[in-house]
Amino acid sequence: MYRFLLAWRYLRTRFIAVASIVSVTLGVATLIVVNAVMAGFVDQMHDRLHGILSDIEVASPGLGEIPEVNWHLNKIREIAGEDLEAVTAVVRVPALLQFNYGGRPMTHQVMLIGIDDQTFGTVTDFQPYLTNTLNQENPSFELRSEGYDPEIGDAGWEYRKKQALLDRNYQLQIQQLQEERRQQYPTPMNQVAVASDDEDSNSRTLPPLPDEVPLLPEEGIDESLPTSAGTASLQPTDPSTKHRPAVSAEDIFNPEFDQYAGIILGKGISHRMIPKSQHGPAHDLYLLRPGDDVHITLPTAGNNPSPIMENCTVVDFYSSNMHEYDSSFAFMPISHLQKIRGMIDPYRNTASASAIQIKLKPDADLNAMRDRLIAFFPADMPYVIQTWQDTQRPLLNAVNLELTILNILLFLIIGVAGFGILATFFMIVVEKTRDIGILKSLGATGRGVMTIFLGYGLSLGTVGTGVGILLGLIFVWNINEIADVIQKITGTEIYDPMIYFFDKIPTIVSPWMVCWVAIGAITIAVLASVLPAIRAARLHPVEALRYE
Amino acid sequence: MSSSAEKLAPSTPVIHNAENPPIHLKVNQPIALMANNIHKTYRTGNVEVPVLRGVDVAIAEGEFVAIIGSSGSGKSTLLHLLGTLDHPDEGEIFIGQHCVNLMKSTARDRLRNQEIGLIFQFYHLLPELTALENVMIPQMISDGLFTYIKNRGRYKRRAKELLEKVGLGHRFQHRPNQMSGGEMQRTAIARALMARPSLLLADEPTGNLDRKNGDEVMKALMDLRNEEDLTIVMVTHDDSIATQADRTINLIEGKVA
Repeated sequence: MYRFLLAWRYLRTRFIAVASIVSVTLGVATLIVVNAVMAGFVDQMHDRLHGILSDIEVASPGLGEIPEVNWHLNKIREIAGEDLEAVTAVVRVPALLQFNYGGRPMTHQVMLIGIDDQTFGTVTDFQPYLTNTLNQENPSFELRSEGYDPEIGDAGWEYRKKQALLDRNYQLQIQQLQEERRQQYPTPMNQVAVASDDEDSNSRTLPPLPDEVPLLPEEGIDESLPTSAGTASLQPTDPSTKHRPAVSAEDIFNPEFDQYAGIILGKGISHRMIPKSQHGPAHDLYLLRPGDDVHITLPTAGNNPSPIMENCTVVDFYSSNMHEYDSSFAFMPISHLQKIRGMIDPYRNTASASAIQIKLKPDADLNAMRDRLIAFFPADMPYVIQTWQDTQRPLLNAVNLELTILNILLFLIIGVAGFGILATFFMIVVEKTRDIGILKSLGATGRGVMTIFLGYGLSLGTVGTGVGILLGLIFVWNINEIADVIQKITGTEIYDPMIYFFDKIPTIVSPWMVCWVAIGAITIAVLASVLPAIRAARLHPVEALRYE
Repeated sequence: MSSSAEKLAPSTPVIHNAENPPIHLKVNQPIALMANNIHKTYRTGNVEVPVLRGVDVAIAEGEFVAIIGSSGSGKSTLLHLLGTLDHPDEGEIFIGQHCVNLMKSTARDRLRNQEIGLIFQFYHLLPELTALENVMIPQMISDGLFTYIKNRGRYKRRAKELLEKVGLGHRFQHRPNQMSGGEMQRTAIARALMARPSLLLADEPTGNLDRKNGDEVMKALMDLRNEEDLTIVMVTHDDSIATQADRTINLIEGKVA
């Protein structure tokens, strides 16, 4: 009984020992904060990766194709059965994207992804990352008039019309200037003709044009055609032209009213982040806006790929905040991409695709499903069948390794704190030598004296750990505010949302993690008190009492 | 405490030194404490300092014996040996019918806790505990947590009773640093008697006190001796105290004179 009482009294009266466990407290708090933030980051990253990558993907290696994609889709539905939530086919092809900004051509390498706008969103997180609010509900490759982020400024059809008018105006101005120029200055031919009058005839000049050259043999027409109304002269004369369909103004591509195939560009392609500087606050620079046209160059499918060029109209932006994806993804309608790349078999009227993405029910076993699919679509066919975790294995492993090493390092800090406890306890044992002698003279056993100090270590460890957990949790729960305060004091940005994927520092406190940290820290504190406790237990009562 | 009464049932221990039996023992008088031919040598570096050189002591139940002698004569060492705080190099010690030499250390700890009360010159109270807690410490040591909690009320009554007997009824909740030397020593006496030992060993209990306080302490001790049926062995310098004893043992250079 005395052990508990004395351990408790020592705890209350020896403040130096309490000071020695501050390092335990700090170590525990650091461990909790680091683990919570890391877990938050990892979780968010998993969410994003998982959302973008779909649960399982059946792909063709490299840039190859899966032929007869509809047959594959049906087969996968059959294999997955109840577990299947949704499935969609995609075409993936690297492409060059080119547009003009400020009169300069800009070229980007993009991963062009052909998607089915109706099913793609059910397999991966697609809509939430679109910037147009209407597209978030119902994604479409048609340019919209509204729903765009007001931050972009002009966007959509109105912007496109304005741009088209400006363009036309510009063209007209150029034409006008050229016309003026032509009138102002004689044509080179006239110049030459004038010059040849004065100079010698050896110069390399063409003979002057005759004054009147009949452009059309008007009389001939009149004779050959049966005369009817005054419109006779407007009738086509070439007999082949009668097979041409009638053409109206709507049939001619007019950028004011028509768009090319829609393309959704990753934010990293169309935006440039301008960091905070003396010229102004941080802001986005839009190199492209919804409504602008871009050119893409991509290879055709099948044997001997050859480049094809295609005009596209930007209809929206894709912003997942994962830099890797935002700076390379460009989405197009899969049917258009299949058509222009020649992925549709004209005889059998079947299309091919690059990959099939599968989403399973939330509680389905991904690995088991992957294995079932591999059994049906063997690798030597060849198919590449991976879960999203397989695809991101190197990244996930790297993050896990980082977390493990960080934990080891931080536990070493607590280990250092353990040595602090060891030293302090040795001092306390020396200080308490007489009391130990008294207890022994009153019949306390060596084991009993030892448990006083072990219990003391245990209670110090518990107190230190408890305070550490409390501090850590308070820190974690207010981490964004703390970052703001530190930022205000030091003037440097602690957490730059532009660099990371998230606006706020994400944190997750796992009760298991807190438990393990607590157990580890308390164990270290108790272990550190073992040696001093043994020393106390071995003290000889007579020697100890003589100590005055 | 019935078990301890049994342990101390009157009996005569075997006297090994039969040729030279302690002369003062009356026939059939129960022995509380006996030491035969005790030798003890301390080593400081390479020098051996013999402290006790064949001491024989036998103390009957209920006796009050004073051990006197000059400094360095081995009085305190003898008391420590009798109190089982140390082992003799040679010779046997009997407490009641227990041969201390043959006991395991845990059994010795238990014996010290139950049967022996120790009082020291420098009081040796635990500074973190109040007077009451200091008095109750022997019971805290002997009992486990649950036994102690079960019996706490009884122990508390006993401790308060003892403190009142030594005249400290108003000092229950005071820490040692809030008490005078005499008060601390009286608290130490109460502590020594807490577990109802039959044997009280005191090492110069008044050595650090002035006359008035020393007399108070002695008075408290004498009152309790009668009440609790104590056998007292007291090391002292003070002749006036030695005269209060039933008998004095004079140690000269590690031998009984």
